[in-house]
Amino acid sequence: MKKIQWGLGLAILAALVVAPAYFKNYGIHLFTTWLVFIIATMGLNLTVGYAGQKSLGHAAFFGIGAYTVAIFLKAGLSFWWALPTGALLCFVVGLIVGFPALRVQTIYLAFATLGFNTALWLVMRNEEWLTGGTFGINNIARPSVFGWSLDGNLAYYRFVLVMALLLGVLLWGLLRSPWGKAFTALRDNPIRAESLGVDTRSYTLMSFAIGAAYAGMAGGLYASQVQFIDPALFTVGASIMMYLMVVVGGPGYFLGPILGSAVGVILPEWLRFAQGWYLMVFGSAVVLLMIWLPDGLLSIPDRWRARRASRLASEQRRQAAHNGGVA
Amino acid sequence: MNQPVLKVTQLKKAYGAIQAVGGVSFEVQPGEIFGVIGPNGSGKTTLFNSMLGQISPDEGRIELRGQDVTGLGPLALSRLGVGRTFQTLQVFGKMSVRDNLIVAAQEHRGSMGSRLFAPSDSDLGDKADALLAQFRLTHVAHQKAGELSYGQQKLADIAMAFMSEPALVLLDEPCAGVNPALVGGISRLLKQLNQERQGSFVVIEHNMEFVMGLCHRIMVMVEGQVLAIGTPDEIRANKQVLDAYLGN
Repeated sequence: MKKIQWGLGLAILAALVVAPAYFKNYGIHLFTTWLVFIIATMGLNLTVGYAGQKSLGHAAFFGIGAYTVAIFLKAGLSFWWALPTGALLCFVVGLIVGFPALRVQTIYLAFATLGFNTALWLVMRNEEWLTGGTFGINNIARPSVFGWSLDGNLAYYRFVLVMALLLGVLLWGLLRSPWGKAFTALRDNPIRAESLGVDTRSYTLMSFAIGAAYAGMAGGLYASQVQFIDPALFTVGASIMMYLMVVVGGPGYFLGPILGSAVGVILPEWLRFAQGWYLMVFGSAVVLLMIWLPDGLLSIPDRWRARRASRLASEQRRQAAHNGGVA
Repeated sequence: MNQPVLKVTQLKKAYGAIQAVGGVSFEVQPGEIFGVIGPNGSGKTTLFNSMLGQISPDEGRIELRGQDVTGLGPLALSRLGVGRTFQTLQVFGKMSVRDNLIVAAQEHRGSMGSRLFAPSDSDLGDKADALLAQFRLTHVAHQKAGELSYGQQKLADIAMAFMSEPALVLLDEPCAGVNPALVGGISRLLKQLNQERQGSFVVIEHNMEFVMGLCHRIMVMVEGQVLAIGTPDEIRANKQVLDAYLGN
């Protein structure tokens, strides 16, 4: 990881540890939501940013994780069973959803995943016996760790922070392993990758499955955070928002989801002063960002570096031509 | 006589009414550099793509060290020890040059599960560094491959094909778009690799000087058929080849 990313990461981590202790309840809730979306978009960043797949169905996995936790807790089962079960379920469903990616790519794959999200949303809305339908599921309990209750907002925030760090470290390890290079090879040039022995089918499926498992974890944590879920949270619109977070932060940049989720979760709150104009301001900011920084916010240092290198090369060529002329 | 590394027997491929490859047969011996030349539309690329599993031949048989590999895909062929380069540049632009070389061989080590817990460089760092030095790319090892000059990317592209030490390497126009000064360098590198590793190469190339200087034997194709197979001297002296392709 580059120095600037390390510095940024440590600064954000320090802020995340210290700042919420001084916040009111709403601020803590906002930061917890930010962390939850960081986890969800870390997974999407693996699928989209590192492995180069298109997915507009991430909110469906988020929903599977959330409903698994809600249903398990309502059935009197432990949160500590529910959370990994939700993630595992998402892993398996993600593996299945990954299959279209072996046949279709780009916008067609995006539409296939969008179709999956819509179908799952209909299940959440219509299967009232399981999901509560449009009424959703309320009074979702928060867990306790070794007898230490996480009912309080700050305690739950700290728990989600620990989970985000653990999942971040796991993802970092995965990306540092040969798998990380294989994912990048798959994204950059799948035909060449296959000719070098990279099993593009397996890595495509794994990128979907692992990305989905992260969304499932995030969904499960979110269910206990807000203590009420209904299908409206898991629409295609939510998937597009998560995709936007990845793209704005910088797809394929490890810390991209942190910035992207801040733009998706925190920025709208900062723009509330604009009242009715806030969506217009937010939308315009995103449009401008995509025009000037199509590779996301974290691509700024790379762009500076590339510009400097280009200037240097031009200068060297000019110098060489000048010397040649003199000789 | 040694078992050939590659044996192609009566390979045919048609696109509708056009017979792109019409019954081509040849063998490549261990340690041999085998050139394939022919004018545009002579069927070289179709032959190459059939051998590399990109397309399925209509008829014929392809054997790799005695094993029938007809119709196998690129992944299976890679695992059986077939390396290749493409006509156009095919490096992983956002990866460093060193990582390009590492990823070119890492999948040949252990299972997918074991690679999850393997070191980042799959213990291939030293090997990558040695190959980078041989290709004179050490000074750009940590730069992104996409930021290099065309010639440097071409060298990295060729180096990647050799990283897993394949028994057979198919090089599709390794000199395409390369400046004349580098053509000699690529030729020297390929000769060096051939001597060091005793690998077999099949080379498609339009640069006659390059092919004649590099290859042990050359096959001339015209309109999907084999016109002649022989040493560079034999090909130079073949009147049919001169008439059909080389001119005066």
